[in-house]
Amino acid sequence: MDAPRKSKPCLSGVGLTKVFGLGRRTTVAVDHVDFEFREGEVISIVGESGSGKTTLAKMLLGLINPTEGEVYFQGQKRDISSHRKRQEYWKNIQAIFQDPFSAYNIFNKIDTVLLDCIHMRGGRGLPRAKKIELMTEACGFVNLKFEEMTNKYPFELSGGQMQRLMIARIFLLKPKILLADEPTSMIDACSRATILDYLMKLRDEVGMTLIFITHDIGLAYYVSDTVYIMEHGRFVESGTADRVILHPQEPYTKRLISDVPKIYEEWDLSTV
Amino acid sequence: MKHTLRQVARSGKFMAGFIIFVAILLIVIIYPLLVPDPPLQIIAQGTFFPPGIYVNTYDSINAPTTYTLHLDDAAAKRVASKLSQENRTEMKNWLVAAGLPADEIDTADTEQLLNQWGSHYDPRLQIPGMTLAKSRAYQRLNASIQGLLSTEGAIIASRAADTGALQAGREVKQTDYVNIREVANVRFLPLGTDNFGRDVLTELVRATGVSLQIGLVAGIIATLIGLTLGLAAGYIGGLLDDFTMFITNLFTVIPTFVLLILISFSIGQDKRGAFTIATVIGLTAWPWTARSVRAQVISLRNRDHVNLSKLSGHSIPHIILNDILPYVASYVVMAFILQISSGILQEAGLAILGLGPRTTEVPTLGLMMNWAMIYQAHILEKWWAYLPVLMTIALITFSMNLMNTGLDQVFNPALRD
Amino acid sequence: MGKVVLDVKGLTTKYITRFREDVYAVDHVSLQVEEGKSLGIAGESGCGKSTLALSLMGYYFPPLHYMSGEIVIDGRNITGMKPDDVRKSILGTEIAYIPQAAMNALNPTRRIINFIEDVVLAHDPTENKKFIYDLARASFETLGLPADVLHKYPVELSGGMKQRTVIAVSVILRPKVLIADEPSSALDVTSQKMVIKMLKNLMETGFIKSMIFITHELPLLYNVTDDIMVMYAGQIVEQATARQAVFDPLHPYSKGLMGSIIVPESGLRDVKLTAIPGAPPNLKKPPMGCRFAERCKYVRAECRVMAIPLYEVGGGRAYRCILSEETLREAYGRAA
Repeated sequence: MDAPRKSKPCLSGVGLTKVFGLGRRTTVAVDHVDFEFREGEVISIVGESGSGKTTLAKMLLGLINPTEGEVYFQGQKRDISSHRKRQEYWKNIQAIFQDPFSAYNIFNKIDTVLLDCIHMRGGRGLPRAKKIELMTEACGFVNLKFEEMTNKYPFELSGGQMQRLMIARIFLLKPKILLADEPTSMIDACSRATILDYLMKLRDEVGMTLIFITHDIGLAYYVSDTVYIMEHGRFVESGTADRVILHPQEPYTKRLISDVPKIYEEWDLSTV
Repeated sequence: MKHTLRQVARSGKFMAGFIIFVAILLIVIIYPLLVPDPPLQIIAQGTFFPPGIYVNTYDSINAPTTYTLHLDDAAAKRVASKLSQENRTEMKNWLVAAGLPADEIDTADTEQLLNQWGSHYDPRLQIPGMTLAKSRAYQRLNASIQGLLSTEGAIIASRAADTGALQAGREVKQTDYVNIREVANVRFLPLGTDNFGRDVLTELVRATGVSLQIGLVAGIIATLIGLTLGLAAGYIGGLLDDFTMFITNLFTVIPTFVLLILISFSIGQDKRGAFTIATVIGLTAWPWTARSVRAQVISLRNRDHVNLSKLSGHSIPHIILNDILPYVASYVVMAFILQISSGILQEAGLAILGLGPRTTEVPTLGLMMNWAMIYQAHILEKWWAYLPVLMTIALITFSMNLMNTGLDQVFNPALRD
Repeated sequence: MGKVVLDVKGLTTKYITRFREDVYAVDHVSLQVEEGKSLGIAGESGCGKSTLALSLMGYYFPPLHYMSGEIVIDGRNITGMKPDDVRKSILGTEIAYIPQAAMNALNPTRRIINFIEDVVLAHDPTENKKFIYDLARASFETLGLPADVLHKYPVELSGGMKQRTVIAVSVILRPKVLIADEPSSALDVTSQKMVIKMLKNLMETGFIKSMIFITHELPLLYNVTDDIMVMYAGQIVEQATARQAVFDPLHPYSKGLMGSIIVPESGLRDVKLTAIPGAPPNLKKPPMGCRFAERCKYVRAECRVMAIPLYEVGGGRAYRCILSEETLREAYGRAA
């Protein structure tokens, strides 16, 4: 582990394991994973489908309980045993999902989505005008006009706009950690840069730790400080992005990176 | 929402079903306003009067005006109504058996036939091989054709109040007519009467209403229980899910209809009202709603919008009501429609076995079938006692299934054509 | 210049929706593919890439309708043929098509050899099974697939193997053109590489004469095809060799698209990604002028009113923009 040890640990896991199923038919999705994410870092967890990265993300978010192991948040053992404690935890960690089309409740208006965030930050008692001001500010952050958004349903927006609205939501919540699960894989290449720009701007503004869950090694290389490579529920290699992606040590990482189509270097087809 | 409703309205199947259903509903509501008779009032003395217009004989004789009409075919029709082709053949058969040569008898010549009959028929004559019933039938036929060709009118006699002596009154000629509108009492019985002498149509309309109510109550009960259990088991999962599914599977493997029969039987005849039956049907019909709602909820609970709602700090009831229920609502509506129609069918099935609601207060479609069956309407060929009931049941279920298929096509784009 | 295998002129097809609204998904597309060459089609989702693939086969079924244009495969004009005739005499022998989720389209209750029998018998019902088996075995060996796959059921194969098997089945009759629509996008990178290797192998061993490869992944396209055609809103906006398209794009849209490529190669961390604001136009009512005008940084007044033709600049290169090559290059140079 040669990540820079400048800041305090923010989220860490010890022996984190998730086993699905009961009895003899079990699948180990995440297998005794240890990690330490530091404050202000941009981390990528890279893995192919079935590597357990989404399961790990859900455990970090507290959406599913680990079978074994513990998550530490800011040095403290995470306690999400009651609804109140979970609510408290979710003020600190939030997520952006892969598919903007399925991430919204289609029966709720955009206002509801944003108001929920204001209420979660304790703004339930604020006057209506103040709430609208906050929502306008959040929409403005991602270059959306609140006047055009109000009273609309999320499905009336384009994929890119929906994903931006998701970022506006995070802007209102200002969590300490943001977990982005394939945030750009369902949107067009041209909108990808926009989404990444807003995420980085948001990170600078709020000062949060960004965790990308992705299968796209190019994206991981482009955005992150630290990269974790995941295979069959285990981290096979981790370190700074330059170190892991440009000079991989482990055979799996080497193979993974050599199999990604390149532009400047030769993409060697003879290796498969 | 508005968009969905517009799509539903555009679905041909749904609208066809909906129109049939609304038509049935309108008849159920409007008919009692036009015909205010109590549906179970016994009006006829005797069983299974055929459908038709019933004109009061006394009132038509005493109609205020009699009109004289000279119609050419009046006599022929009068003869025809009493002397059918079969009767003529029967008469010929008797005459041949009595010794008349067959080629001398012409069944088409009414006058000659009647003359031959009049001069040869003897009720005391023993024809070999003829049963007693048959010879009685000949006696009745003989009586009914007496004076058939007479052109004389009939004299109406009335009985003097004090002496009881008959006194000749008005004479009714064969050319006398009354206008049916001037007859005080005319009753149209489009579907005749049933075994108890009740108007089948009035009874049927009321029975349809009651059966729909039974279906509705059964449907609401089944859907409420199924929805609640399905939502809770599907979303919360774990032990609650295991337990609920255990109960549900238990209910599924027991044949529901047998269970229904046993419950109805144990409630006893006196306590079985229409709504008791509806409740019993509802209480046995929920498992499949619960199962399918649970399956839908399980596929929904891992969706990102639910995760997002959790991350927004919403409580479980809030998530179930706002993020799960609206997504399964269309499905529940379809299940509800099917529950109503199966409730109606279940009631009919129970009642035909004599386990339906008790019989003194209200008719139901099932009870009407039950009565028709007990009094052997199907053997006696009294079709009006059971066929309209069958058609009504079929029409209600058909309309509901049409609506269901239509909705299914709207909500499930894979089924669109 | 090699022999032209696929020659398409002014092909226009449209979707007619349930509400009688026409969507021109492919609008006057002309292209030529030479023997031994592969053509890549790039573009965002909804730009008409997949519709173009369907249209090229000449096999139309509602809601897709043929409007105008001409498709000539190896000197044989297939425009205006009945769908049934197309299926019998074109598909499989002239053109083969691998749709996006081809591997999931295999009937799980049948063995791979049965699918091959179907394909062969559809063209020649008199063929005997022994012959088909030998043909299949020989083809699979040439393509480097184990012959025992022939007796397996689709569920017994891994995703990558299934996809390669589908490709092998569809080229069994040695079609002249293979149209592959995102054949590897559902696979992991290693399987993807195997599929690509197989496609290249098909060209080299002469199983197919030429290939049209459709994907939204530009690095992949760059590595697979000789030429690249960029589509936007149903139209071709740029045609060039793969190298030119990626490193020297002319059309502002191609420029934006190429600027959004991220690959894990040294130095690319510091490149600024380009973003194109806005969304593609609604093809029910396409704009009168340039379809990209609303999102273009270099838009001029006349762009919005004038339909822009595809300008040829020599060497098979063409682009759809009123600005000259020099102006565009200069503008891009300034932006960088």
